Amino acid sequence: MTEKERGATFLEKLNNLDRRIIFVLVFCLVSLPMILKLPSQVTISPEVKKAYDYIEALPEHSIVMFSVDYDATSMPEIQPMALAMMRHAFSRNLKIILTGQIAIGMPLGTQAMEETAAVYGKKYGVDYINLGYRPGYQAVIVAMGREFRDLFANDYRGTPIDNYPMMKGVHNYGNLGCVVVLAHGGTVENWIQYAQSRFGVKLIIGTTAVGAPDYYSYLQAEQLVGLLGGMRGAAEYETLVKAPGLGLLAMAPQSWVHMAILGLILLGNVTFFLVKRKAKKVEQK
Amino acid sequence: MKQRIPLAISFVAGMFMIVSFYIPHPPLGGMEQKVLTWFAIVTGISMIVGVESLLRVNFSKTIHRRKGWGYSVILLAGCVLTLITGTIGQFKYGSPVAMESPFMYVYETMIVPLQGTMFAILSFFIASAAYRAFRARNLAATLLLLSAALVMLGRVPVGERIYSHFPQITEWIMNVPQIGAKRGIMIGAYLGAAATSIRIILGIERSYIS
Repeated sequence: MTEKERGATFLEKLNNLDRRIIFVLVFCLVSLPMILKLPSQVTISPEVKKAYDYIEALPEHSIVMFSVDYDATSMPEIQPMALAMMRHAFSRNLKIILTGQIAIGMPLGTQAMEETAAVYGKKYGVDYINLGYRPGYQAVIVAMGREFRDLFANDYRGTPIDNYPMMKGVHNYGNLGCVVVLAHGGTVENWIQYAQSRFGVKLIIGTTAVGAPDYYSYLQAEQLVGLLGGMRGAAEYETLVKAPGLGLLAMAPQSWVHMAILGLILLGNVTFFLVKRKAKKVEQK
Repeated sequence: MKQRIPLAISFVAGMFMIVSFYIPHPPLGGMEQKVLTWFAIVTGISMIVGVESLLRVNFSKTIHRRKGWGYSVILLAGCVLTLITGTIGQFKYGSPVAMESPFMYVYETMIVPLQGTMFAILSFFIASAAYRAFRARNLAATLLLLSAALVMLGRVPVGERIYSHFPQITEWIMNVPQIGAKRGIMIGAYLGAAATSIRIILGIERSYIS
């Protein structure tokens, strides 16, 4: 007799729970805390504190390069990091050079930079500059170690970078305070292998929660100055710069969804073993 | 000749990049910089080849009304729209990604929501898959499940409220067992990559010219 014929028990129904119920549950747990704007607090992890402290200790007017190596697929996790870190840099009167290894992500970096620059009344070409995108990944990273102008003779609007006061005397990584790589993929390893190991660049990485574990070994080997992982990393940085944003707002939905997934895993395992035990008993009879 | 010339180019280019990495002084350093600039140019051209291939395939699909041709029409329309708005942005505002450029409108209202939606869907499937597949069937699976649960709890504020040491436990998992396993994988992967590179430079691995 099949399960259908004898009518599924409650346990069996639970074991084969309709996935639409799970979808509705996830939808509610994500949207409700966002709509209600439930507050969250996070404790600061050592890797995020290290990144913050390094930028905090840079002398005024130092240059920080931001590399936008992500696109809209990881925007919810990485864009809040970009905003918080740019905010921090501008609030400390640091200058920003923006570039990127993913063409489709450059508008996100441009938006973040223009938004934060407007808040702090920063002037293009004096306090920040957008070099734009050049194809070539590793080649671009290595070439910038010698001379920015070899690949970025002009900024993203085609104006020669020598026309801007902030680029006078700025030639390569040696003129930068640090490089902040905001990435959702393999470009981080290119930055570590080529910019850090070859030119000794001080690197801060901001990446997705899924990607962050890949870079703990580099952090431990002191090849990275700091590491921000996922929305949690963004929320921690927002806490440090005292500018709550999307990162902190997203902590409540993330909390509830994590709890729901753990609950589902637990329920899934309990029903799985109970159904298995029941099937074994039936077999023995 | 068809094989020897590509093999010779691979050998010379590979050896040159290795030597210039360790001896970055003139004239090697300057030459390396030129090679890298050319690499960027070639990568840019390869993008054009990719776009041409994408357009050709979808154009042919539309013309011959093959299965799913409607999607190809949307893709082609999207390409044309992006190209037009990007070109207007380039000529009128100096860059397609200038904030005032019409391309930014397409980007904000179409590209970002589409890409975001694609990835957002993952959260639903992850929750569903976790319920069905994440089972403690044996010791290894149980260990994986437990460490995943601890990391998930330690990464969110609510976990910290349940037990204040969850973040420290997560830090330990990330900094000790996780790194140990990852390093082993990475050493293996990079040794493999180095061996493959040497095989290509020396002409032992020739699959790329076959």
